[in-house]
Amino acid sequence: MNANTQTRAAAAAPSRLSPKLVLGVFMVLLAAAPLVLPEFYVTLLNYVGLSALVALGLVLLTGVGGLTSFGQAAFVGLGGYTTAWLTTAQDLPGWLAFIGSSPWFTLLAGLVLTATVAVILGSVTLKLSGHFLPLGTMAWGISLYFLFGNMEFLGGHGGLSGIPPVSVFGYTLADNGQFYYLVWAFVLAALFTTRNLLDSREGRAIRALKGGMVMAESMGVDTSRARMVIFVIAALHACAAGWLYAHLQRFVNPTPFGLHIGIEYLFMAVVGGAGQVWGALVGAGVITVLKQWLQDILPKVFGSAGNFEVIIFGVMMVIVLQRARDGLWPLIAGLVPVREAQKTIDPAAAPLPRKAQPPMGETILEAKDVTRKFGGLVANNNMSLHVKAGEILALIGPNGAGKSTMFNQLSGVDTPTSGDVLFRGRSVAGHSSREIAGLGMSRTFQHVRLLPKMTVLENVAIGAHRRGSKGVLPAAWRLDREEEARLLREAAVQVERVGLKDFMFAEAGSLALGQQRILEIARALCSDPCLLLLDEPAAGLRLKEKQALAELLRRLKSEGMAVLIVEHDMDFVMSLVDRVVVMEFGEKIAEGLPAEIQKNPAVLEAYLGGV
Amino acid sequence: MDAEIIAMLGQDGVTNGAIYALLALALVLVFAVTRVIFIPQGEFLAWGALTMAALESGHFPATVWLLVGCGVLTLAVDAFSATGRRTIGRSVLWNLAYPLALAGLLWGLPIAELPTAARVLIALAIVVPMGPMLYRVAFQPVAEAPVLVLLIISVAVHLAMVGLGLLIFGPEGSRTQPFSEAQFELGSLMVGGHTLVVLGASVVLIVALYLFFDRTLYGKALRATAINRNGARLMGISPALAGRLTFFLAAVIGVLSGLLVAPITTVYYDSGFLIGLKGFVAAIIGGLASYPLAAGGAILVGLLESFSSFWASAFKDVIVFTLIIPVLMWRSLTSHHVEEEE
Repeated sequence: MNANTQTRAAAAAPSRLSPKLVLGVFMVLLAAAPLVLPEFYVTLLNYVGLSALVALGLVLLTGVGGLTSFGQAAFVGLGGYTTAWLTTAQDLPGWLAFIGSSPWFTLLAGLVLTATVAVILGSVTLKLSGHFLPLGTMAWGISLYFLFGNMEFLGGHGGLSGIPPVSVFGYTLADNGQFYYLVWAFVLAALFTTRNLLDSREGRAIRALKGGMVMAESMGVDTSRARMVIFVIAALHACAAGWLYAHLQRFVNPTPFGLHIGIEYLFMAVVGGAGQVWGALVGAGVITVLKQWLQDILPKVFGSAGNFEVIIFGVMMVIVLQRARDGLWPLIAGLVPVREAQKTIDPAAAPLPRKAQPPMGETILEAKDVTRKFGGLVANNNMSLHVKAGEILALIGPNGAGKSTMFNQLSGVDTPTSGDVLFRGRSVAGHSSREIAGLGMSRTFQHVRLLPKMTVLENVAIGAHRRGSKGVLPAAWRLDREEEARLLREAAVQVERVGLKDFMFAEAGSLALGQQRILEIARALCSDPCLLLLDEPAAGLRLKEKQALAELLRRLKSEGMAVLIVEHDMDFVMSLVDRVVVMEFGEKIAEGLPAEIQKNPAVLEAYLGGV
Repeated sequence: MDAEIIAMLGQDGVTNGAIYALLALALVLVFAVTRVIFIPQGEFLAWGALTMAALESGHFPATVWLLVGCGVLTLAVDAFSATGRRTIGRSVLWNLAYPLALAGLLWGLPIAELPTAARVLIALAIVVPMGPMLYRVAFQPVAEAPVLVLLIISVAVHLAMVGLGLLIFGPEGSRTQPFSEAQFELGSLMVGGHTLVVLGASVVLIVALYLFFDRTLYGKALRATAINRNGARLMGISPALAGRLTFFLAAVIGVLSGLLVAPITTVYYDSGFLIGLKGFVAAIIGGLASYPLAAGGAILVGLLESFSSFWASAFKDVIVFTLIIPVLMWRSLTSHHVEEEE
């Protein structure tokens, strides 16, 4: 992994192709295809495009967000049947007949209907742990399939025919070659908006879903909303594909919207490479062409007709997931040496607004008699402590003393059984860690929680999530660039502040553990906090790094930051902090200046045992 | 609708529900021990039923060739990764010698004249070993992967198995002889002998599973693995063994359910999936964790199915699978912590 990134960085020589050139060649080929290829291949490419549109939604949902749906084919059906019914049914009530008068209105109607269904399904399943969503979508995919087949007004299993063609600016797209351009216009629009979205504030929030909910929430990301957003976007892509399908075929029946096709879409995303937008295109191409080919030759091999291609697909899928979980895209991308575009940081971007910092000496955080019980176990008993602005407080204690539990009570990950936590005089016990992050408390984690594939800069920018406001649509259409530049500038400032400037564009996963801990501090600082909670920041650091960290913390303190650290390294703690609170067996056994604590008999007893 | 119809539908519902309960138990078991959501459970059911049907009609069951193929594949995977001569020896014995011996034995037996009990044993002997083989080939190499990856593999295996099912059994369905033709009168209600067989077999299997998990060392090892994989491994329980054993049990339950269901409805090569999914709905009612809740859910699913097939038979499956939505809603309302997943 580490060696890999290094070789790639080394090979980023001028001999590599510019991404714009490669993209341009691809576009020209795409535009010329229907002019030179025989009809059969143009039709095939139309179907590749339709599948790619659906698979693209799954890339966002599964590859980036870590959620899975087997029911995308049902959303395709929703789009297809909405337009089929509205444009062909007679005797509709006035307003429905008006919508049915143009396929473009029915596209809108389908999208609205799909979004509604997706929001309802999402609100039911997205809160549950990961495997309930795929199971739920499986069940709903089957239900909808049977519904399509059994509704009289939808033509039952026979389906609906006579769907009108689509017109663009009065020009009717009657044959496959013309429709080709509409299909690929949709695909490219979806591709670029998805790519734009991923490269934005909302995109980082979506990518943070895979780094664990606790981290994302602590950085102020509304994870339920982010999950819902990608679920709805994936459904809308599928719906648009269904609309295109209905007007391409001019006929719909339930078969292409069944569960097995839904599974096939997921295969496309996984085979192509679920983490990459271009993977959707590759996967859709490979599976669609392979299916066509296998359906030709397998019946001859086996001597009877049937969907035997599923045997090959199934086996292929198992092999891909066992041997190359990133799919085919990385292999293909390796063949075409494209230069990687690096983010630019605009030093002239306006700085982000800052919260008013509390005056030196104000009590920032106060825990009052916090008790946390797990059944009969009392993990924290009547713990009280406070931290002032411009002060570093250390919370120490032997293993199992309850420091981490205390940390969770303070940061909103857990709720105390009794007692209260005040942040700048306001009670925050029982509030979500996202809310608390918004008030100006930020934290790092004992077990580092980063997104290893993202650059250091982008990881740090997640911390600034709540300082931006541009949503999904502006991000998709690049209307967020001014804010994005300000966010990245802020992230770059924090990266420099903690001394990681040389690693700005390195993948976070390639850093040493100590540097990753420092990165987490930069990410925490990026949220403009007045209190930092650091969970064992010095663990895994070398002496020089520890000295640099101590230097950084002293500087923050002198700027008025309140810092609470949990730490095992006594040399580090005693030379740095202003006061120490010592815990054992869930209770506070001592509190005072470092020098006093070092002589305190109760503390010596706890650490060294009775003498 | 009078009392008699209610009683009849209820009887149907409970009979099917008992079978869903068995499947639900197997699904909960497999998920708890290996974190695999075992979609191919239904294929074991279909293969068991269709193997039985072939035996009844006196044909040489083609599933034997699948067993031989599976065995060769497993042996190849073992040989590719094995370390010791003893493991290879054992692998040859189970994955090559056993399937070939079984094929030879069946070749020599007068299949058409076998008693029912022998047919049941043969069906089990052919299909069940494919459970552990499947685990070895598809899941063991990625045992530590996230639940989502295991689920996708599970779906892929399901697809491949359905395709193979079509290849060896063809598109025609089969129905087998009931284990008992007797009819009992219970007040005004006629109770079929096969219904009693299904209920009896389900209860016996559930009790047997309970005893296995409560009283035997292997059962306790599986429970330990379900609670804490790493802890169990440190105590010397091999996760690979636990996985294979679990898939063995799931296959036994799958095949037996197939044998029980085949006299009630016609089984096709792809019937297993829908039946298995109904087991899933039941298992989800139990949160993929609780055995009694899953069994209760299964009876509920069975009843819902039989009553909705009376009122709106075309929408029977829609109603059963839509049941999952309120169930999930209820589960999401009762769990309210931010979950940390790997």
